[in-house]
Amino acid sequence: MQYQPLWLTLQLALITTGCLLIIGIPIAAWLAQSKFKLKPAVEAIISLPLVLPPSVLGFYLLLAFSPASGLGEFLNEVLGIRLVFSFTGLVISSVIYSLPFMVHPVQSGLEALPGSLREASQTLGKSRWQTFTHVLLPNIKPALFTGIVLSFAHTLGEFGLVLMIGGNIPGVTKVASIAIYDEVESLNFKAAHVYAGILLVLSFCILIAVYIFNRHLTRSRLTV
Amino acid sequence: MIRVNISKKLHLPHSSGELKIDTEVESRSFTALYGPSGAGKTSLLRIMAGLLKPERGIIEVNGQTWLNTAKKINLPPQQRNIGFVFQDYALFPNMTVEENLRYALPAHQSPLRLQELIATMKLQAWANLKPDVLSGGQKQRVALARALVREPEVLLLDEPLSALDDHTRLQLQQELLRVHQQYSLTTLLVSHHLPEVFKLATHVIKIEEGQLLQSGTAAQVFGWQPQGDGLYLTGEIVSIDIDKVRILVQQSLIIIKHSAQTTHLKVGDKVTLHATDLLLHKLS
Repeated sequence: MQYQPLWLTLQLALITTGCLLIIGIPIAAWLAQSKFKLKPAVEAIISLPLVLPPSVLGFYLLLAFSPASGLGEFLNEVLGIRLVFSFTGLVISSVIYSLPFMVHPVQSGLEALPGSLREASQTLGKSRWQTFTHVLLPNIKPALFTGIVLSFAHTLGEFGLVLMIGGNIPGVTKVASIAIYDEVESLNFKAAHVYAGILLVLSFCILIAVYIFNRHLTRSRLTV
Repeated sequence: MIRVNISKKLHLPHSSGELKIDTEVESRSFTALYGPSGAGKTSLLRIMAGLLKPERGIIEVNGQTWLNTAKKINLPPQQRNIGFVFQDYALFPNMTVEENLRYALPAHQSPLRLQELIATMKLQAWANLKPDVLSGGQKQRVALARALVREPEVLLLDEPLSALDDHTRLQLQQELLRVHQQYSLTTLLVSHHLPEVFKLATHVIKIEEGQLLQSGTAAQVFGWQPQGDGLYLTGEIVSIDIDKVRILVQQSLIIIKHSAQTTHLKVGDKVTLHATDLLLHKLS
């Protein structure tokens, strides 16, 4: 029984969530206010990981990242980055895979805010950026928190995609879900139990925290 | 002097039409935009603020061009020197009352302005509270104070008192008049509340179905000039029976006999009442 897969899982989930905050919030902000004709297509692409089997996404990403493809060759030859069977590859595919879990709550949160808040800030002379950081984002804290936690928890539970892109390299791509599969294959049920138990408890605690936090936020807004 | 000449296609719930307004508003006047719901009053106010863009038009405020579609000039709301009070107050829930005001303070302006406005609008007791715990009237006071932080030339009020009870409404009407005079503002108020228009506005622009019907003093627009001494009241007919007509004036009900002069009236009509030969008794 090794703790490295658990540590690797946590690292992957943290880095993925960090990247999603940087990428997901601007996308959500754009979708919330855009009247772009092809917006439904963009929304559909972002939501695809919700309905697509992870192995399908993993298969296409594997093809794209492989040194035999144009993108993979460019990354490998010019930048010296190899995405297949590497931790970086896992992070990039996890970001794509969990994107809807960050974008959807934040987009809904922004859409639910009354338009007059944004307009009031504009009439007070504030730029779009000031309005976004001082008025809009602070007023969707529950949505932001939900996005962060769901992205984190979803990355914890990844399996198919990780297996396709990362394989099973100890210390590099062997995350907890892969380790469970590996231990069960080797009939080592005790170790599998420990990994599975830890993931179960962790996921449950995370979700409980979301509900408690959101309830607390709703109440605190009513009582100052 | 504000010069407005705009046209904008309107998409209303029940109809679509064009908002076409060509008018002038005196500086430091208190102007009411009066008309039924869906007439285009709020759209006109939003166009003034730069929150809505008309297809064609010009807006000039004291010689400065805010909008000129022919010359492709359209100042964003940030660059128009306005204060805007929204119907739903639009206070920022994440900030306290004082923080709401502080957020509006431009970097170059003295923070003394905040203290002055908090005192003027009597907000001291709630300065550290979040807006969610305030009553409608208190919220509207904060919204008004916040709109004044930037020292605007033009104050735009979008039915600011429509959600308030009569008592609070009367109080806030006084406040509006006071700040209008104290800060030498050019105020534009959207309202469909006749007594409010009579009480506050020095100038009325009557809009129906996107068109400017009339513009002038309240007395000119509503076709009624006080003549001679007496008591003048404005109100709305709330019911007509066989022999009685009931008229609501502010919070009071006035009942008059149905007669030849009331036969052409119907419920909902706005009317003026004039009584002469008033008796006066000194209270001991």
